Amino acid sequence: MVEEQVEMLLNGDFAVAWAWKHVEPDVVAAFPITPQTLIVEKFAEFVANGEVRTQFINVESEHSAISAMVGAAAAGARTATATAANGLQLMHEILYIVSSMRLPVMMAVANRAVSGPINIHCDHTDAMGQRDAGWIMLFTEDAQEAYDTTIQAFKISENPDVLLPTMVCLDGFLVSHTAMNLKVFGNPKIVKDFVGEVRPVARIKLMGEEVELSLNPRNKIPLTFGPFCYYDYYFEFKRQQIEAMKAVPEIVERVNKEYYELSGRLYGNGRLVPWNVDDADIVAVVMGSAAGTLRWVARKYRERGTKIGILKVRMFRPFPWEEVQKLLENKEVVAVFDRAQDAGAMVGPLSLEVLSALYYSKNRPKNTVTYIFGLGGRDLTPELAEKTFEELIRIKEGKEKPFIKKYIGVRE
Amino acid sequence: MVGVKDLKWTPIPIELAKKPDYFISGHRMCAGCAAPVIVKLALKALPNPENVVIVNATGCLEVASTIYPYTSWKRPWIHNAFENAAATASGIEAAFKALKAKAVWKDDLPIVLVFGGDGGTYDIGLQSLSGAVERGHKFVYILYDNEAYMNTGIQRCSSTPQFAQTTTTPAGVVIPGKLEWKKPIGFIIAAHGNAYVATANPYFWIDFVKKVRVAAEYNGPAFIHAISICPRGWYHSSKITMTVSRLATETCLHPLWEFDPENKEYRITDKSLEIARNPEKKVPVEEYLKLQGRFSHLFTPTRRDDIISEIQRKVDRDWEYLLKLAGMK
Ligand SMILES: Cc1ncc(C[n+]2csc(CCOP(=O)(O)OP(=O)(O)O)c2C)c(N)n1
Ligand code: SF4
Ligand SMILES: [Mg+2]
Repeated sequence: MVEEQVEMLLNGDFAVAWAWKHVEPDVVAAFPITPQTLIVEKFAEFVANGEVRTQFINVESEHSAISAMVGAAAAGARTATATAANGLQLMHEILYIVSSMRLPVMMAVANRAVSGPINIHCDHTDAMGQRDAGWIMLFTEDAQEAYDTTIQAFKISENPDVLLPTMVCLDGFLVSHTAMNLKVFGNPKIVKDFVGEVRPVARIKLMGEEVELSLNPRNKIPLTFGPFCYYDYYFEFKRQQIEAMKAVPEIVERVNKEYYELSGRLYGNGRLVPWNVDDADIVAVVMGSAAGTLRWVARKYRERGTKIGILKVRMFRPFPWEEVQKLLENKEVVAVFDRAQDAGAMVGPLSLEVLSALYYSKNRPKNTVTYIFGLGGRDLTPELAEKTFEELIRIKEGKEKPFIKKYIGVRE
Repeated sequence: MVGVKDLKWTPIPIELAKKPDYFISGHRMCAGCAAPVIVKLALKALPNPENVVIVNATGCLEVASTIYPYTSWKRPWIHNAFENAAATASGIEAAFKALKAKAVWKDDLPIVLVFGGDGGTYDIGLQSLSGAVERGHKFVYILYDNEAYMNTGIQRCSSTPQFAQTTTTPAGVVIPGKLEWKKPIGFIIAAHGNAYVATANPYFWIDFVKKVRVAAEYNGPAFIHAISICPRGWYHSSKITMTVSRLATETCLHPLWEFDPENKEYRITDKSLEIARNPEKKVPVEEYLKLQGRFSHLFTPTRRDDIISEIQRKVDRDWEYLLKLAGMK
């Protein structure tokens, strides 16, 4: 049954703050960085007004924010933080520790270009620098999706078969600071019931006792978190983490569906959101707010009978490569739109994933190209999108040679 | 008053000895290492050692006590990274407060007890520690100071005493070991204004356990700077650990004091108080230096009286300063 919701004018940052308010995490620790600041400022208001019982720690750096998350989550608390760009880079070391301790931390990332030169606007390079840190990574397209996905993230991470942290990405400014009319649950209890009033802390069997997987001093056998591990066990730790990742795709789908039943909003299968991909000759693969722009432009082409489809990748980690392979089978032209730096690499990080998937496809698309766009907040205008679509059409028609990658919207 | 004088607890050796050990044998710290002594005493000094969560920064203690699948810790314990033990402690403290507010945690709030090496405290972890102290979290931070990065092979730290040799400040023909004076970490933490701060020495163990008890009962951040003899890195026999430890305080290189944040008072304690009252009991630093290989270049091949007297002069100067702070001068 779709629950009652209220319409609010919120930008992406406020949407995340409202999601936190409805979830009411036990501990939030964060440090301000544009374009994430509004999340923590808004949430601080909720704390100051007693609207949430969350312990809010105004830490002295992002490194300490994520470090406090480790302590709090290991103690059994439900935890959330938010950052961007340089702040995320500063957290880098600890991100691997969070996932290796199997701590279900929720983190919002308002994607921003990484210094230098210093910049405050959107690209995905900050998140991409963390793609091997063992986190689940979900990319959202607008403020509504940011609200919905933030709530979902707690439920995904805390699932006992997963116990991995989740990063929810929202494009800096384009989503974080762009207001839209969106729907939030009128009754926060709906959200609490969805994620659980308190975090379900996993229980494990240890030397014949059942203990809580936490620093609980009441455990019959006290646990040691973060031991020193030589070559004799380290690999097994990592192997188990990889195994946990395998459980994620199905749980993301299930949570997406369960959430749909409450909210009426569905994001594809939770992992991928295809738009007119099935019958398309040309498919653009993209993440974040640019998906909206590309869809809007593609609609005009559709009206004229040109079969363009848009494949939005919502779940970047774990990367749903088998589905991508399947959806792109036999296409005439696939174009990956990558909003991240790729210095020294063959193509950008999203494209590397897509190309790897396609390599093993029996029915590979005829042409696959990459566009690197939008670094440091450079706009992907409808005109620019149109220009690329024209190019893709010419490639399809054999009038132009395909290429490996191009940088678009930049002075060469 | 926040301090040992006001403490309503007298440690009785036999009773402490009978208390269960929560840091148990089987760890792989060197013979003669003082760090395990510090840990054991600290755990025994807690009012309720059942209700504690321990945080450990990366370093000798962490590495040598938790080699997977073994652990020496019989209380909940977490190691996060090198520079973030205090931030980790903030998260744990906040977590139990939140869980208590939601009635998920029903007992008293556990004591959050941190062990950090000097590298993880003076150097790379200073920001995290300063932040956590400033925010006023309730936690007890015990710095076990062995005056170098021991775990990675005896490298220089800002805690390393001047003229000591380390592997990154070797004594060469031009440079006689580390050139800078030891950083006054206790004063730096005390300058935050809201923390109970004390120095300690496991040789003077009654003073130490009392200070841990004061720290545990103080409703705010507490920081105890314990000198931690390292025979491996200081190049001396593991048999003389406690002698070296005693001399660190008797020479006034590591005097015993505490800072009461409520009354803004420095107080000299135990052996150091005895020396303050009977200055003739102060031992020349040479007695301490000559036992340790890290200072051997001050004695052989040629005796460096210039350096030894410079160290003595600075120790005297710092001791006078402390006497002034404590109103004993
Ligand atoms: C960020 C980071 N830099 C460097 C290291 C390497 N490292 C591990 S322990 C250590 C020295 C620890 O020194 P200290 O805190 O004094 O503890 P001790 O081993 O002397 O007891 C170093 C440099 C690390 N683990 N993490
Ligand atoms: S190297 Fe020093 S601090 Fe480390 S275990 Fe050995 S004696 Fe202890
Ligand atoms: Mg050290």
